[in-house]
Amino acid sequence: MTPPPDKLTRRDILRRGLGGACLLGLGGAAGWLARPGGGERTLWQIDPHKCIACGNCAVKCVLPESAVKCTHAFSMCGRCDFCFGYYRTPGKSDTGGERQLCPTNALIRHDKHTARGDVFHEYTIDDALCIGCGVCVKDCGLRGNGSRVNCNECSIAAACPSQAFVRVPAHRPYLPKDEDRTA
Amino acid sequence: MKRWTIATICLVLAAGASWGTQRFRPPDLGERYAPPSQPAPAARSQAMEWVDLGVLAVALAFSAHLALRTRRRAWAFVLMLAALAYFGFYRAGCICPIGSIQNVALALSDPAYAVPLVAVLFFVLPLATALFFGRAFCASVCPLGAIQDLLLLRPVLLPGWLEAALRLPAHLYLAIAVVVVANGAGFLICRYDPFVAFFRFAGSLPMLILGACVLLVAVFVGRPYCRFFCPYGVLLGWASRLSRRRVTITPDECIRCRLCEKSCPFGAIREPNAEPGVPTARPSRARLAGLLALAPVLVALGAWGGWRLGAELAGLHPQVALDDRIALEDAGAVTGLTDASKAFREAERDSESLHAEAAQIVHGFQSGTMGAGVYIGLVVAAGLLGQSVSRRREDYEADRASCLACGRCFAYCPREQVRRGAIGAEGPP
Repeated sequence: MTPPPDKLTRRDILRRGLGGACLLGLGGAAGWLARPGGGERTLWQIDPHKCIACGNCAVKCVLPESAVKCTHAFSMCGRCDFCFGYYRTPGKSDTGGERQLCPTNALIRHDKHTARGDVFHEYTIDDALCIGCGVCVKDCGLRGNGSRVNCNECSIAAACPSQAFVRVPAHRPYLPKDEDRTA
Repeated sequence: MKRWTIATICLVLAAGASWGTQRFRPPDLGERYAPPSQPAPAARSQAMEWVDLGVLAVALAFSAHLALRTRRRAWAFVLMLAALAYFGFYRAGCICPIGSIQNVALALSDPAYAVPLVAVLFFVLPLATALFFGRAFCASVCPLGAIQDLLLLRPVLLPGWLEAALRLPAHLYLAIAVVVVANGAGFLICRYDPFVAFFRFAGSLPMLILGACVLLVAVFVGRPYCRFFCPYGVLLGWASRLSRRRVTITPDECIRCRLCEKSCPFGAIREPNAEPGVPTARPSRARLAGLLALAPVLVALGAWGGWRLGAELAGLHPQVALDDRIALEDAGAVTGLTDASKAFREAERDSESLHAEAAQIVHGFQSGTMGAGVYIGLVVAAGLLGQSVSRRREDYEADRASCLACGRCFAYCPREQVRRGAIGAEGPP
């Protein structure tokens, strides 16, 4: 017999009770997960001391242009005349395109003069051109590497052979390779 | 004590490495020189996350209203296109409730992981909606469902037993994905999302081929990913069983005209199994008793299988994979180095601590997969019981769990046509 539609059957009562319990459970779980102090908001970052510059960063990101950008720790840079991150080795000290290491020409060389008049070079990175391939990082034993990725799971982190991708607190998003940190 | 010694040696080694890095001192460029500042690329504004959440909430409300009140497939289709454009192509398939299962699972297992509040709400909102109104999320909010639904041009109906059997992979996928993410081996559901490569216009070749294959199947079999693989669909199915209100084929009464019988491409319409006024035949007691006796066997089998699977599945964790590789290299079974083993050897870590760490991870995996096996055993047992105990049905009904609330069946119902005023209560004019 089909019960009349306005009458609550035992099955309906059971269903409503269970449904209400599920709703309470969902709300409780959400509230517990959203509690303050449950953990700090984090970002993905590369640990420069673990990075082996394998080149996965340039190709494994889900974005068409990799979210990884090389950054430069200027406090460590020797401003070399012959920069191993800038020139191919062997090479010579001119700015001819065929001598440059960066595949996208994202490294820019500026001349700087000391008080005595000696010329030194400062190298900056054009973020829009950098693809995060890390060849300059690999060739330069001096420089660090920093990046930000805003992702659910960072695909490069999954592909990183040295597990250099770590979650860092959002208030301290960079892991520069500099004297302060290594001392 | 030993640990401290190792830590001290590591620190000294690290310090040694860092002295090596400072081979050239920066030149003295004078007081007036200031080094350029490091550029900090701006992240997407956090306010936009709340916009995503707002869009989800409005779309869910709209979808539920269309399925239960307005009962118009055309509007649901428009909403589906809009959701595909926003969550699919504009947001590139991320954030989505399907993936949010993993954020929630990771947050429950790892207290150090700060789960974004928006991810939790993306997980909760469609489930809460399903507890009240059924699977409104699947109907016209999910971009993964939408892209398959658009291509459903030549629907083929599957036999009931095949449909029921094919639903098992979704349970398996849910269980495995939760175990993998809880053990810190990554977000499997995101990694093997078949359609995200289309949403982003970029992806690896295997994923593009897999996505194309699923879409090809979707031309004939209605929403194959949703019905047979979607892990969130499993949760929504449970919630939908308990829903307060449900999608009905007819707006008022069923006249058993059989016109809607073949209208559902997702096999969610249940035929009447009893004539009005005729009492239902009792199911066989012997069969029920047999199935109930079988249930513990299935659960034990699942637990055993899960334990065996755990060691294999643990290979997804990079530490375990690295440990395996290092062991092979040390035994001389393989030649050459992978990127990972090269990094490991350059870091001069010792393989014993790595092995201990890996063994712990494998154990975590095995406990998890054993639980998953028990769950699968219960699902199979419940499925078998469900096939042999059927509730009395005198009308054509939409199945609570598997109805996706798409609204295709509405227009087939003559009572619905009467409601819309297309035909008179007595029949066609």
